[in-house]
Amino acid sequence: MKLKELEGYLQDVAVFTDPKIKLEQYPTTPHLAARMLYTAHTTYDDIENKAVGDMGCGCGILSIAAAMLGSAYNVGFDIDPDAIAIAQENCDEFEIEMDFILTDLSATPAPSNTADGEANARGPYEMMKGKLDTILMNPPFGTKLKGIDMVFLKKGIDLANHAVYSLHKTSTRDHILKKAKEWGVECEVVAELRYNLDKSYKFHKKQSLDIAVDFLRFEKKPRPETSS
Amino acid sequence: MRLITHNMLQCHVKGCNANNFPLELQEVVLEQEEAEMNEDFLRNMLNKIEYEALVATCLKLDINDLPATMPADAAYNDEFLQILHRVILETHIKSGKMVCPNCQHNYVIRDGIPNMLLAEHEV
Repeated sequence: MKLKELEGYLQDVAVFTDPKIKLEQYPTTPHLAARMLYTAHTTYDDIENKAVGDMGCGCGILSIAAAMLGSAYNVGFDIDPDAIAIAQENCDEFEIEMDFILTDLSATPAPSNTADGEANARGPYEMMKGKLDTILMNPPFGTKLKGIDMVFLKKGIDLANHAVYSLHKTSTRDHILKKAKEWGVECEVVAELRYNLDKSYKFHKKQSLDIAVDFLRFEKKPRPETSS
Repeated sequence: MRLITHNMLQCHVKGCNANNFPLELQEVVLEQEEAEMNEDFLRNMLNKIEYEALVATCLKLDINDLPATMPADAAYNDEFLQILHRVILETHIKSGKMVCPNCQHNYVIRDGIPNMLLAEHEV
């Protein structure tokens, strides 16, 4: 499938009917979603036949794009049942299989300092660690809850067996590169993109706003052997 | 939610650290939906599936097709892969609840979506 074709299909993905500002719900545009998944698929082979997790899946556009490019299993995590309901409808419309888990990704994982070395703030998805090949996310940027972008990113890196694809404000690039080094993962700035945010909340003064975002890819090494 | 996802979820109530998997399915409504089989994917999942837990969960749901232990030649055993595919990727839990074997916490499944959110004091 060509990039343009993918972007064209994604125009039909329904978005939030009543976005919640507290959760920084901004729909990932078809343009961004197509670029992300097309690159993950064609350049890095991280989608076809893979198990893919979508953190803060919202209306599901990243997972739908992944499924269209041949992912074998999709699961989305979100705290908002209304968003999941829209995502479910989108999947039904596109005839895509995807599971959803209603869960809170915002809790900061505590350092592993308990007797048995287990982190205090755990999620229900601890057992998914290393089982999901590829993690996708367009996390909240942290304009409402400072640092939430890094909490999402760390969780994604923990869960992924191999690669994480994420979007972040370009202004946070240096910080993220430093963190990636700390976490022992490779980080590549795949592209610098424009995130065109249409006016979605009352407090927005402009009809639309372009912000610079980095399309980042993180890779964990070494890639575990597969039996195929 | 398909059984493959159930096989990767555990209780995360504060302090509930042992015997918190697999969550026991109760009062469930199941639905079979056909899906395209992807053998490469299944092979890659073989060592990621908690097989014992899967078999135990299935038995409680009256799904008796899986052998008690995974065949040694599972990766190239077509019959086994087909059963596995049907069980983990075509069996959907539409509603019901998941009960933690340790702390008895109930996680409700509605419209196929498990609610894993906890109240403030449970986190």
